[in-house]
Amino acid sequence: MAEEVATKYTAKDFKSDQEIRWCPGCGDHFVLSSVQRALPDMNIPKEKFAFISGIGCSSRFPYYMDTYGFHGIHGRASAIASGVKVANPELSVWQITGDGDALAIGGNHFIHVIRRNIDLNIILFNNEIYGLTKGQYSPTSNKGLVTKTSPYGTVEEPFSVGELVIGAKGKFFARTLDTNIALSTQIYTEAEKHKGTSVVEVLQNCVIFNDGVHDEVAGKEVRDDRTIILKHGQPMLFGKENNKGLILEGLKLKVVKLGENGITEKNILVHDALESNPGIQYMLANMRYPEYPVALGVIRSVEGTTYEKLVEEQISQIRSTAKIKCMDDLLQSGSTWVVD
Amino acid sequence: MDKKTNVIERDEVVIRFSGDSGDGMQLTGTLFSDTAALFGNDLSTFPDYPAEIRAPQGTVGGVSGFQVHLGHSQVFMPGDFSDVLVAMNPAAIKANGKWIKPGGTIIYDENNFTEKNIEKAGYEKDPIKEEKLDGYNIIAAPITNMVKEALKDFGLDAKSVLRTKNMFALGMVYWLFDRSLDYTEEYFLKKFHAKPDLAEANKIALRAGYYYAETIEALSPVYKILPAQIAKGKYRNISGNVATAWGLMAAAEKSGLNLFIGSYPITPATGILEELAAHKDLGVKSFQAEDEIAGICTALGASFAGHLAVTSTSGPGLALKSEAIGLAVMSELPIVIIDVQRSGPSTGLPTKTEQSDLMQAIYGRNGECPVVVMAASTPSDCFTFAFEAAKIAVEHMTPVLLLTDSYLANGSEPWRIPQMKDLPAITPPFADRNVKPFLPYKRDEETLARSWAVPGIPGLEHRIGGLEKTEMGTVSYVPENHELMVGLRAEKVARVADVIPDIVVQGDDSGDLLVVGWGGTYGYLITEVRELQAEGHKVSLVNFNYINPLPKNVKDVFSRFKKILVCELNLGQFAGYLRMKHQEFSYEQLNKVQGLPFTLNEIKEKCMKILEEM
Repeated sequence: MAEEVATKYTAKDFKSDQEIRWCPGCGDHFVLSSVQRALPDMNIPKEKFAFISGIGCSSRFPYYMDTYGFHGIHGRASAIASGVKVANPELSVWQITGDGDALAIGGNHFIHVIRRNIDLNIILFNNEIYGLTKGQYSPTSNKGLVTKTSPYGTVEEPFSVGELVIGAKGKFFARTLDTNIALSTQIYTEAEKHKGTSVVEVLQNCVIFNDGVHDEVAGKEVRDDRTIILKHGQPMLFGKENNKGLILEGLKLKVVKLGENGITEKNILVHDALESNPGIQYMLANMRYPEYPVALGVIRSVEGTTYEKLVEEQISQIRSTAKIKCMDDLLQSGSTWVVD
Repeated sequence: MDKKTNVIERDEVVIRFSGDSGDGMQLTGTLFSDTAALFGNDLSTFPDYPAEIRAPQGTVGGVSGFQVHLGHSQVFMPGDFSDVLVAMNPAAIKANGKWIKPGGTIIYDENNFTEKNIEKAGYEKDPIKEEKLDGYNIIAAPITNMVKEALKDFGLDAKSVLRTKNMFALGMVYWLFDRSLDYTEEYFLKKFHAKPDLAEANKIALRAGYYYAETIEALSPVYKILPAQIAKGKYRNISGNVATAWGLMAAAEKSGLNLFIGSYPITPATGILEELAAHKDLGVKSFQAEDEIAGICTALGASFAGHLAVTSTSGPGLALKSEAIGLAVMSELPIVIIDVQRSGPSTGLPTKTEQSDLMQAIYGRNGECPVVVMAASTPSDCFTFAFEAAKIAVEHMTPVLLLTDSYLANGSEPWRIPQMKDLPAITPPFADRNVKPFLPYKRDEETLARSWAVPGIPGLEHRIGGLEKTEMGTVSYVPENHELMVGLRAEKVARVADVIPDIVVQGDDSGDLLVVGWGGTYGYLITEVRELQAEGHKVSLVNFNYINPLPKNVKDVFSRFKKILVCELNLGQFAGYLRMKHQEFSYEQLNKVQGLPFTLNEIKEKCMKILEEM
C-alpha cells in the first residue's frame, strides 16, 4: 500500500450514488463523513479499499461508500473481513460494526480477530442500543436502562469496549465522538497506519431510541470538562481552561487541578500509547464520568506482527525449499505402484 | 519361504484386524493393505476407531479395528462380514464376533485372554464358546509370549517389546495370504531410521509371526487371491478425506486461483482441513477459525477477494453454517462446502456413518435458497467430485455443497493417479473492467452466472450483500424485483443440469428392478446388484452423484423399470426428494440408521422380496 497514488482523491470520490437512509440527525452521518474525509489522505488507491459490515443501522455503511463493499450477516463481519484480508493483504480492509453486532452476536469473532491481530480497521458505532430492531438494550447499555425488552430496567453489567479489546490482546484502541469530525478523521488515519487490528469506538448517538445517551459527557457545553483527548507524548490535561489533569496515586488514576496542592504540569501523567504493558491504558480506557473524564483519542497503539504477514511468510518459506511444486508432483509422491 | 500345501483360491477375502486402541491395529491394517496393493490386488479399506480417545483398556468401547477387503476382481467396498479376524484381546471378539463369516478364521492372542480381560469384555469364561464360534477355524496363538521370547536378548524395555505384538500377528497373516514381507520391512527401516533397534525388533517379531504360522499345522486353509484385472497405470492408495483435499487443490491449480480453506475441526471432516493445512508447499491458505460460522464466513470473505474458497464440516457444523450459505447464495459468490456426514441428529454417533444430512443440504436454509448439491461415492472419487464441485462453484458463481460420509472419508482404496493435463479446464467468470458500466448482478446469458469483480481492480468498485438487489447492484424492496431475483437464482442453479453428466445404468438399461442409491452406499449396492445379475435377475443400479439439480435423463431411465428401490442410510430422504421431483413413479425403500453401512444380505433380501412379489 506504500505505492504513490497518481490521482488525488477528495471526499466526494468516496461517495456512492446511493441515497443515505439513516434517520436525520443520526450520528452515523458524521462517521460516514469523517471516513470520507480521512480516506483521500491515506495515499491508498481507491480500488484497494474494502468495507465489510454485519447487520445493524451502521452496517449499511458500505452501500454509501464508492469502494468495494460487502454487507454481511449479523455478527460475522470480523470473520468475513478476516477472510478478505488474509486472502489479499494488499487491501485496506475496514469493518463497520455496532455494539450489538460486534459485542453480542459477533462477540466470538470480535475477540478472535483481535487476538490474531489481522490488519483490519474496525469502526465500532456504540450507541448502547439496538436501533434497527427499534429499541432493545445492547451489551453496552448501562445497567438499569429501561428499553422495550427491559421495561423494568436491565439487570446486566455492560461491556466496556476498551476493556474487552485490551483483554483480547488488542494492540490498537481509540475512542472518538461521532460529531467530532476533526478528531475522528485523525483517528481513522492513525488506525489505517497501524499494522494489526485497530478498534475505534465511536460514541454515537441514536436520535430515535437512545437520544442523548452520550450527552452527559459529550454534550457541547460539558465535553471539555468531561472528556480528555489523549495524545501520545503529551501530558494528560483537560478542561475548559486546560487546567485539570490525571496523576497516578497508588495504583489508581486521580483527577487533579493544576495549582491546587502544589500540583504543576510536571506531576501530570504523560500519555504513552506505544507502551506494550496495557496497565495505564486499561485504566484510561475504563474511565467513567463523573469520577473521571472519558478518554478520547488513541489510547493504545502497540506494534505487533500481523496474522496475514506470518501466513505469507510461512508459505513463501515452505515453498522455497519444498520438493512438491505442483499438483502432479503431489499426485506422484509417496507410495505408488504400476499396473502393467 | 516354502509354499504351503492346503491352498484355497478365492476371488476375494475380508480381513479385520482388531484390538485395543493402543495395539497398533490401524498401522497393521495399513501395512497389509499396501502390501496387497503392491501385489496387484484391488482393495478397499475401512478403519473403525472408537469415539473415545482413551476408552478403558480391554473394554469393548476401546476396540479399534481396521478392515481390508481384497480381491482378484474389482472391489467396491470394505466388506461387511470378515473371513479372517485377528483379535488381540477378548473385547475384539465381543465387538466383531457377529461379523465373521460362518466357518471363518479367528487368530487371537491367547496370552491376552486372561481372566481379567475376559471379564472386562463381558464374558464369563470362554469368549469363543460364548459367541458360539467354536466350529470356526480358531487359531489361539501365544503372541505375547512369543514376542517376549523372540526379543528376550534384545535389550528392549518390556513396553517396547509388547508393542511388536501387532507385527507378529501381521507376520502370521502374511503367511496366511502368501504375501511378501519386503514392503513392511522397508517401512520399518524408514520409520525407525533414527532407532535401528526398533526397526530390527519389529522385523524379528514380523518374521517370528510368519514362521510361527508356517510351523503350526492349524493354520489352514491358506488363502490365495490372484492379482486383480485392473486398468493399467500408476496407482496409489487414497482415503476419501485426502482425495477431497487433493481435488480442491487440483481445482485451484487448474483455475489459477489461490485456495483458501476456513474451517473448524469436527469429526469426521477434520482430515480435510489437516491435509490442506499441510500443503503450504502448494500455497494453500488454511484458516482454523474460532467456530463453524467463522469457518464459512472467512471463506466467503476470501471468495469475495478472489480466492477459491472452501469450508469443510459435518452435519452439526453445516447447521451452524446455514445462514452464511444463504449469504453466499444471495451475494452469488463461489464457495465449496463439504459435509462429511455422520450419524445424527445433534452429536449422534460422531464416528459412525449415515446419509441423513441430505435434506439439510438441499433445503436447510431460510428463504428460497438453492445451492448445487453433489455426493461422492467412493474414497477415490472424492477427488473427482471435489474438483467438479469447485469447477461448478466458480463457473456458475454459486455455492456447491458436496456430501461425503464417514465411511468414504476414512476408507481408502487404490486409485489410478490422474495427470493434471487430463483434467478439464476451470474458467472463472472474472469481470471485464473495460465493459462499462460494470453491473455486479448482470448475468451470463447461458449460465445466468454474474461476473466476479475482485477488490483491487480499478473501476469495478461495487457493493454486494445479503439484502435483495436489482441487477444494477442497488438494494431494492420492490416486490416484483424480489420475485424476479429469486427466480433467477433458482434458474441459475437449475441450469447446472446442462453441464452435468447423465445418470448411468449399471447393468441392462431396462428390467424388473432398478436399485437407486446416492453417494457413499455405491460400493455395497453395486456389489450386491452384480451378484443378483450373475444369478440371472433383471436388476440394475443407478447411483446418483448429482442431486440438485438432478441429471436430465432421470425420467427416461426410471420409466424403463417395473419397480424402483431407493436404498439409503436414513429414513428415506432421497426417496422423498425423488417423489417430489418425479411424482410419476412410485418408490420402494430400503433404509437403515444404525451408524453402519448396508450389509450385502440386507440389500439382497429386500431386492428378492420385491422380485418375488412381482
